[in-house]
Amino acid sequence: MSNDHDHDHDHHHEHGSELSEMQLRVRALETILTEKGYVDPAALDSIIETYEKRVGPHIGAKVVAKAWADPEFRTALLADASKAIAQLGLQQKVGDHLIAVENTPATHNMIVCTLCSCYPWDLLGLPPAWYKSTAYRARTVKEPRKVLADFGVTLPDDMKVRVWDSTAETRFIVLPMRPPATEGWSEDRLAALVTRDSMIGTGFPKAAHEVAA
Amino acid sequence: MNGVHDMGGMDGFGKVAPDAHEVPFPAEWQARSFALNRVMGSAGEWNIDVGRYWIETLPPAVYLSSSYYKKWFLRLERLCLHLNLVSERELASGHSSGPGRPLKRQPLSGPHAGASVSRPNHDQPPRAPAAFAVGEKVRARNIHPHSHTRLPRFARGHVGVIERIQGCHTYPDAMVEKGVKQGEWLYTVVFDGRELWGPDAEEGATVSIEAFEPYLERP
Repeated sequence: MSNDHDHDHDHHHEHGSELSEMQLRVRALETILTEKGYVDPAALDSIIETYEKRVGPHIGAKVVAKAWADPEFRTALLADASKAIAQLGLQQKVGDHLIAVENTPATHNMIVCTLCSCYPWDLLGLPPAWYKSTAYRARTVKEPRKVLADFGVTLPDDMKVRVWDSTAETRFIVLPMRPPATEGWSEDRLAALVTRDSMIGTGFPKAAHEVAA
Repeated sequence: MNGVHDMGGMDGFGKVAPDAHEVPFPAEWQARSFALNRVMGSAGEWNIDVGRYWIETLPPAVYLSSSYYKKWFLRLERLCLHLNLVSERELASGHSSGPGRPLKRQPLSGPHAGASVSRPNHDQPPRAPAAFAVGEKVRARNIHPHSHTRLPRFARGHVGVIERIQGCHTYPDAMVEKGVKQGEWLYTVVFDGRELWGPDAEEGATVSIEAFEPYLERP
């Protein structure tokens, strides 16, 4: 097998049967837990809506843009990301033990969770399927440059690569390098440069010319 | 436990395949499974460590061939059976055959539950000062506990350097094995790629893990 994507590329012939079997099983458990009074279906709807619509990489992008634009905030973010972000008064609460790690011309950072799929949900939303895949979890700690190549990313030969394995309740976000030719940009415009992958370390921010003025 | 979930450094899984058009929940059951786990996980019947252990103890072939939210569903079903929250007969019939028992905490409820979902704090009061200092060399212990641990196999026996002290957090191993919230110092330990992978390491790569104090010893 090549991965464990949610949509199971490698089990095409079984795709339909897994779907219908899982639909039935999940519905049965939800029905039982609801009938017993443990589960309120309105809470399920609200949680799903939150992660489909409200929580996502736009939150992390706002934080990165602020760090690029405001040197004091950058210092505070690198010292204690949870505390620095709490002071921004974002709508969705950001959890504790969050750590921002800064990319520099000398070092590129990458985030992984080899043991499960720990990810800073509160800043980036739910992890993409590739982050949860066996390939990413298995290979990143051993061959980070080859993994980056799968994303079309190449680093200079003399740049160090630092992989952070999220083995405890600390959560990591990468502070990518600010793209050139963005001097004087507003935080909103800077935020449009920040991609999800650039905050995990599997991509770079967009270039200035890729973002509308 | 030395399970298939502990896959750092394994080969044979192929390329990483990013999908630019991915949506959070390709199928509705995945969304329901996710939310059911969040609600039942808020009832205080198990914590994050116990929840992880019940995924890790899925049969290896099931673990490797199940999608992420299918694993979440199987974990929830197993935990609900184990804790007598549902019965096999109820699962087979698809309906409850009687009222529920009291839960340890009131689970998330209501149409604004989504706003209350957040990562909890894991700080615990220290029982002793931190044994290791930033900059100190440490060896990840060569241990292979049958129960839950967050010390990945690829680090065991290898020497790294303490880079950060992250505070004193709930120790997952004791939580799962003994059901107690025990505080242990947590460190970021960074290993040189060559120390972990020998001549097969990539040039200029380092890897850190978040290691609890009982995972570490002086080399």
